[in-house]
Amino acid sequence: MILRHVSPGVLVTAAVMVTVAVGAPLIVDQFQLLQLTVFAGMCILALSLGVVWGYGGILCFGQSAFFGLGAYTYAVTAVNVGESTLAIALSLVVPAVFAALLGYFMFYGRLSDVYLGVITLSVTLIFFNLTNSTAGDAYRIGRARLNGFNGMPSLPTFNVPGTPGRLLDPTETFYLVMALLLIVYVGLHALLASHFGRVVVAVRENETRCELLGYDVRRHKLLIFTLGGAIAGLAGSLFANWGAFVSPNVFSLTTTSQIIIWVIVGGLGTLVGPIIGCVVMQYLATELGTQQLANTSLIFGIIFLAFVLLVPRGIVPSLAALRARLSAARARPAAQARRAA
Amino acid sequence: MTDPILQTIGLSIRFGGVEAVRGVNLCLAERELRCLIGPNGAGKSTLFKLLTGQLQPTSGRILFHGEDIAGDHTHAIARRGIGIKTQVPNLFDGLTVREHLWLAARRTNSRGRADAITDEILERVGLRPEAGGVVGRLSHGLRQWVELGTVLAGNPELILLDEPAAGMTHDEVARTAELIREINRTHALIVVEHDMQFVRMIARTVTVMHQGAVLVEDTMDRILKNSAVRDIYLGKHGGA
Repeated sequence: MILRHVSPGVLVTAAVMVTVAVGAPLIVDQFQLLQLTVFAGMCILALSLGVVWGYGGILCFGQSAFFGLGAYTYAVTAVNVGESTLAIALSLVVPAVFAALLGYFMFYGRLSDVYLGVITLSVTLIFFNLTNSTAGDAYRIGRARLNGFNGMPSLPTFNVPGTPGRLLDPTETFYLVMALLLIVYVGLHALLASHFGRVVVAVRENETRCELLGYDVRRHKLLIFTLGGAIAGLAGSLFANWGAFVSPNVFSLTTTSQIIIWVIVGGLGTLVGPIIGCVVMQYLATELGTQQLANTSLIFGIIFLAFVLLVPRGIVPSLAALRARLSAARARPAAQARRAA
Repeated sequence: MTDPILQTIGLSIRFGGVEAVRGVNLCLAERELRCLIGPNGAGKSTLFKLLTGQLQPTSGRILFHGEDIAGDHTHAIARRGIGIKTQVPNLFDGLTVREHLWLAARRTNSRGRADAITDEILERVGLRPEAGGVVGRLSHGLRQWVELGTVLAGNPELILLDEPAAGMTHDEVARTAELIREINRTHALIVVEHDMQFVRMIARTVTVMHQGAVLVEDTMDRILKNSAVRDIYLGKHGGA
């Protein structure tokens, strides 16, 4: 009753995802399918920050730390084991454990929002510098050489669980990534509709009131932050699998700022917003990358500024507000006509 | 006399050189209704913050059902059964009225029971027409009711109300007084209020605070005749 069971918007988005998943392999060529695969994987990353920041109210500037940790965990495990199932599982677990540890000190230490931003950003840059400086034979985990700034090439890609020799082809990988995106999207909506999810949103709205009602604010923040870390880690393994490659760039300032831009452009406080923001900005990045007229980062900066100044709420909430205003404007003349009659 | 539900012993808090609450000894019986009055800066709201764990006392003890709760976390104290409506309403501005009550009820109740409690409280505080409205857009008077309803939905044993009638019209004040008397049949309450008309409507025992300490504690009639109280507080209102 209090929870609008399943909102039509969620169903529409889920239906679009299924349509794309089923339809795209039939109409696009292999290169475009690979593009769509990486877009979908990054959408999962966008969702991870979308839920932590947009619903949990936790300003995390370093979501790439968990993304990169997931990517490296996948790489190191896959190289050592030679089979991808355990590697994918660990790419969720390791970032989640790290997020839980980091979150414990931040939330139980009662750090304010600004410090949270500074710390999370610093953490991802520490990882960036750390992985950059792991060149040479000394830096290896088992059989996996970290290779510093050169990154780890020729990673084993996803295989059918239990059958290391049977690798997924690009179409199967696309299906898998789209299925994971759908699961994460619908799962997050279900979580946010649950008691726990409502409390997380309430914490974003007013921490004091939550505590006065007997809810442990720190615990709720820690749990949602940890979940966000796990989801970002999953996206990391998808990214590492996509290129069969991982480099310290996954931790870079560019990566982390991109995630923030996706969420801001798409709309804070929605789940479909980060997905739309991610697809639009990645499409732009790909298109801009093919021309030499203007620098891509410069154009991204301009877009980011334009959104912050002109559409601060992002695409999805602004469209929703516009629709509400239009329907109100339509209702008004009708009401006047009724009164006149 | 039965065991007190709440007792403070020498409760004090110091901010630098200022002792905002000084050695307060307060004793509240089960299902008692106590009014707490005093001029601005007397320490009433600070005392409420101490009782709910939003501030930690410099010294002294707070016994709730005989157990010392001083130093406990705010949420732990709330879980023991102390609810508060704060002076400036603490609400979830982006959520609906219904969600406020539901979140308060849901912590200790099943989903179905929380739904039922939500409907019951909406009816009781007269917020049914506003149930689906976003709280951030409501008037100050209605926000006061939302917070009161939220506290009630959590069903705490002891309810602290900090200026529940502030910003209300005369009719709303009368309704609030009636509601408080009704709540008092099953719950203990401490009410901080400036509006003396309102205090007269509900008060039995009144505690007067002044400069962080308890000045006097007595029945409403005797308080009104107390010259010390007149001097510091009622004098301004011309004997109310």
